[in-house]
Amino acid sequence: MSTDVGTSPAITSVAARRSPIVPRWGVLILVWAVLIAVPYWLPLLGGYTALAGRVLVFGLAAMGLNLLLGFTGVLSFGHAAYFGLGAYGAGLTLRYLAHSTPLAMLLGTLLGGLAGSLFGLLIVRRRGVYFAMCTIAFGQLWYYLAYSWNDFTGGFDGLRDFHREPIGFGRLTLDIAQGGDRFYFFLLAVFAAAVGLMGLLVRSPFGHTLRAIRENERRARFLAIPVERQIWLSFSISCFFTALAGTLYALLNNFADPLALHYSLSGYFVVMCVMGGMRTFWGPLVGAALFVVLQDYISSMTVNWMSFVGAIFVLVVLFFPRGLLGMRRIRGSA
Amino acid sequence: MLEVRNITKRFGNLVAVKDVSMSVKIGELRAIIGPNGAGKTTFFNMISGYFPPTKGSILFQGEDVTHVPAHQRVALGMGRTFQITEVFPELTVHENVLTAAEVKAGQTLHMLPNRADAKLANDVAAEMLALVGLTAKADRLVGELSHGDQRTTEIAMALAQLPRLLLLDEPTAGMGDQETYEITTLIRRLHRERNYTIVLIEHDMRVVFHLADYITVLDQGGLLAEGKPDEIAASEAVQAAYLGESR
Repeated sequence: MSTDVGTSPAITSVAARRSPIVPRWGVLILVWAVLIAVPYWLPLLGGYTALAGRVLVFGLAAMGLNLLLGFTGVLSFGHAAYFGLGAYGAGLTLRYLAHSTPLAMLLGTLLGGLAGSLFGLLIVRRRGVYFAMCTIAFGQLWYYLAYSWNDFTGGFDGLRDFHREPIGFGRLTLDIAQGGDRFYFFLLAVFAAAVGLMGLLVRSPFGHTLRAIRENERRARFLAIPVERQIWLSFSISCFFTALAGTLYALLNNFADPLALHYSLSGYFVVMCVMGGMRTFWGPLVGAALFVVLQDYISSMTVNWMSFVGAIFVLVVLFFPRGLLGMRRIRGSA
Repeated sequence: MLEVRNITKRFGNLVAVKDVSMSVKIGELRAIIGPNGAGKTTFFNMISGYFPPTKGSILFQGEDVTHVPAHQRVALGMGRTFQITEVFPELTVHENVLTAAEVKAGQTLHMLPNRADAKLANDVAAEMLALVGLTAKADRLVGELSHGDQRTTEIAMALAQLPRLLLLDEPTAGMGDQETYEITTLIRRLHRERNYTIVLIEHDMRVVFHLADYITVLDQGGLLAEGKPDEIAASEAVQAAYLGESR
């Protein structure tokens, strides 16, 4: 605050936010530089680009969940439902309806997002554990539906026989049908658009009301914030983002399985948010990266990979109670 | 501005407030006092809309608000602070006040930030922070501040919603002498210089007699006396009620 001398107090209060250790543009440049350069540095570390694709997909799902968890203070243990609905929506579209990747993404996102919005209307008055239990129960409903409806969804074996299609027409075609770097950049572009939207959302007056609800619901109500409506909107928007991530998951694997709907995946999303830092914007992405890499690395050695991930989760929570990025305590955006 | 007509509140068999009336004019600072258990908080909660009275009616700016819930009264222009500090602890002082201003400006559904919104709310927030003297601490987390500064933040939040009537529930509760002095000075300034209409409950008699234009004294749920500070100080009934309590 040493530079404030001589300026009017009313102006400094708005203009001079306390600057975090690393400025925000610095964080943004760092994050995007690392993500864009993945095809160049990841192979050097023994990774493969599809792994980075998984990080983006799960990172987007976890960041979507975190709008609700970290920025509104409401716990959902059922976000796999919307992730899985997105995946099945995209897969079913490609298999039965049309060979169009954009249409598959659109319908998958709508399916997951609208299911979440409708369900949200029913549970928006519940709080805490009751809310979380309702979300689990509703999620499992879809899991068993996908599991048992063999003819349509492929049942336990998952939905196969669909393939992501090149996007565009004529000479302006983006061929993402092959894997590799081109598909990774396609995922990154979708990720960037979604995350950019989220960034605006949390900085908007709407985003501020969500933070207020997280901090003190009673006070928020007495500021005349319509708490239930805001929580419902937050839940719905969060479901749309997670469903979008689900459609990308189907495109990534050319496959959708019931486990994408299972509540254990919902738990993994929460773990990603908590490990990375749910009060921070980028925390869930860091959590997802750690989770996916650990899973990939350890599951190649033992089937009990979850025990190791669990142990690491405990260590992170013990030593970084606010998550890996939580130590930075970014103001405003966090 | 505020017209309370014969309100009564029963909780089961207990009559917490019986048949109390009060009329507050624009620009007035009214203190509600009384011994413990006199029904002050119950009375206050009916005015702010926390719960409705069993009988009687409440008019705010000529409009019957008896059964209007608290958050709608806020929208009508009643700002309030709480006996127990209610803030958003992990947000900065500025963010606390800014959020209040944004809600008042009707921006709760504005999902993309834009300059016009931000300027509108930022101007109000900056003005209120300057008014209560928290500008220098605008970027501190409220949870890190002293009790007095947290309560001052609450007042700034209430002011950011541009209230016509300010309801303060024990503004000096839990404060030391220095903090009490500062918040009293602030309330006095809001009243004298900014012409806010204020209704407050207060235990500290120095504060009450320093601030109030009119005092309403409650005792055992009923209206005991009403008048200017010197009249109340001279009232034998009031002295008896307070002495009776300490006996």
